[in-house]
Amino acid sequence: MATQAQHKSTRRDFLFVATGAVGAVGAAAVVWPLINQLNPDASTLALATIEFDVAAIPEGQSVTVMWRGLPVFVRHRTAAEIAEARAVPLEELKDPELDEQRVQEGYEQWLIMIANCTHLGCVPVGESGDFDGWFCPCHGSHYDTAGRIRQGPAPTNLVLPPYTFLSDTLVQIG
Amino acid sequence: MSEHSTYTPNSGVEKWLDERLPIIRFSKEHLMDFPTPKNLNYWWTFGAILVMCLAIQIVTGVILAMHYTPNVAMAFDSVEHIRRDVNGGRMIQAFHAVGASMFFAALYIHMGRNLYFGSYKAPREILYIIGVLIFVTVMATAFMGYVLPWGQMSGWAATVITNIFAAIPVIGTPLLELLRGGFAVGNPTLNRFFSLHYLLPFVVAALVALHIWALHVPGNNNPVGVDVKSSRDTLPFNPYYTVKDAFAMVVFLIPFCWFAFFAPDILGHPDNYIQFDSQVTPAHIVPEWYFLPFYAILRAIDFNILFIDSRLGGVIFFAGSILILFFVPWLDTSKVRSGGFRPIFKWFYWLFIINFLALTYLGAAPAEGIYVVFAKLCTAYYFIYFLVVLPVLGRIEKPRPLPTSISENVLARTHA
Repeated sequence: MATQAQHKSTRRDFLFVATGAVGAVGAAAVVWPLINQLNPDASTLALATIEFDVAAIPEGQSVTVMWRGLPVFVRHRTAAEIAEARAVPLEELKDPELDEQRVQEGYEQWLIMIANCTHLGCVPVGESGDFDGWFCPCHGSHYDTAGRIRQGPAPTNLVLPPYTFLSDTLVQIG
Repeated sequence: MSEHSTYTPNSGVEKWLDERLPIIRFSKEHLMDFPTPKNLNYWWTFGAILVMCLAIQIVTGVILAMHYTPNVAMAFDSVEHIRRDVNGGRMIQAFHAVGASMFFAALYIHMGRNLYFGSYKAPREILYIIGVLIFVTVMATAFMGYVLPWGQMSGWAATVITNIFAAIPVIGTPLLELLRGGFAVGNPTLNRFFSLHYLLPFVVAALVALHIWALHVPGNNNPVGVDVKSSRDTLPFNPYYTVKDAFAMVVFLIPFCWFAFFAPDILGHPDNYIQFDSQVTPAHIVPEWYFLPFYAILRAIDFNILFIDSRLGGVIFFAGSILILFFVPWLDTSKVRSGGFRPIFKWFYWLFIINFLALTYLGAAPAEGIYVVFAKLCTAYYFIYFLVVLPVLGRIEKPRPLPTSISENVLARTHA
């Protein structure tokens, strides 16, 4: 009533709020599957692991393999490249990381990285750029022989996928 | 502005209809009798040209969808199938692809007209904001349409542009996977882009209806920027502006047809005739010409700003360069609408236009050497124009005296 000076909470107010709350939860429950269908589906997730034999890659060469639809660089590094990467002082790096942290112990010659530039996702070109590593022609990011960002707009080092060596030459990525 | 219509239904059918759905009355009021300032120049015809462009895109697009296959294994070939096998397909595909370019050309001219003549100022802010929304939606539509032929430029455009979202802290990577429907751009991405590319033009059409509604409440701005004072300042839209707009459309269709008939691929990049390969990037990734200015801004930020890294910084400036347009009605403090009466504004305005063209050029140039320096300077001026020039000029500039009415201005020019 308009004449009522003070509005007291009534059973009706409670019902309004309760209905609104249940309605909001219900709406969210309906919207969620409509958004979630956009996420990677089971057939995409099923391709999460690959095995790869590195024996055929001679020293100083790389191959690109496909993992989860992403290109992955597998590089057989030369001793000179490893030495070059390890000679760089950490303070010179934009995203400081030791070369030892980017490879697995005992397999220092194998550098395995997701091949998408960390700027906007192009695939950098190997054995080029100012640091003997990779160069992304799209926007000019230079990576060194450990795949670390040295110059250009990319914010971080090339990303390492999870991987384990099943034997001396067989590597499982994913 | 809205005068009551003089429409009186003549036949019994019209009378019956008018009492149930007054669509003829509405058309008469808004498409025929609508009082329009009598001094509109040819820059004002681009609104009608844009309506034509949208119609061409929808008609050709609906037809193309009857022959196109949104699957990574077949998309590239299905576009070639359209161009080689489908009856008249070469023409229809060319008009759709060239049409996107012509649409943007008209859009930029329309927006440039608006910025010069102060059409965004009160009481047309909502009209203007809906216009910016249309611009953003058309950009999204064009981007997703560009991905559909599944060439090297298409696939990498999708990769680079979706990667923009990865720059968002914390939720970036999950959001990226949500948008792509996978860890990389693939079949789910192509499928949803096709679905949305078909949907969004209808959203644009709805926004255009709102845009015209918001135009017909205060009425058109005009080259001298003074309000309509009496019916002496206006002409009915039909036949005066319907004929003028129709003439402009025909002129506009001349270069349009030249491109579609004689050089349908000249506005695209040859690399898009190589099927998408997610393992190899083309040496130079460039978007279509109409995105180059914003692309130049995106990559001009190659340095960290405090705790914001260069990638997120680029994305912020890229998004900011479009979002800033929403605030122009409040950034420009000048009371005078038309740039024609603002002597200092003119210089900064034309510098802005030259700067925008320079950004277009720099977006296509390789990201090295002197180009990087110029890209930074041009990006700086883009923001300075909106954030410094427009607010400050309104306070310090002394505009030339305005005519008392549109009629006075028109007559003065006729007698001069």
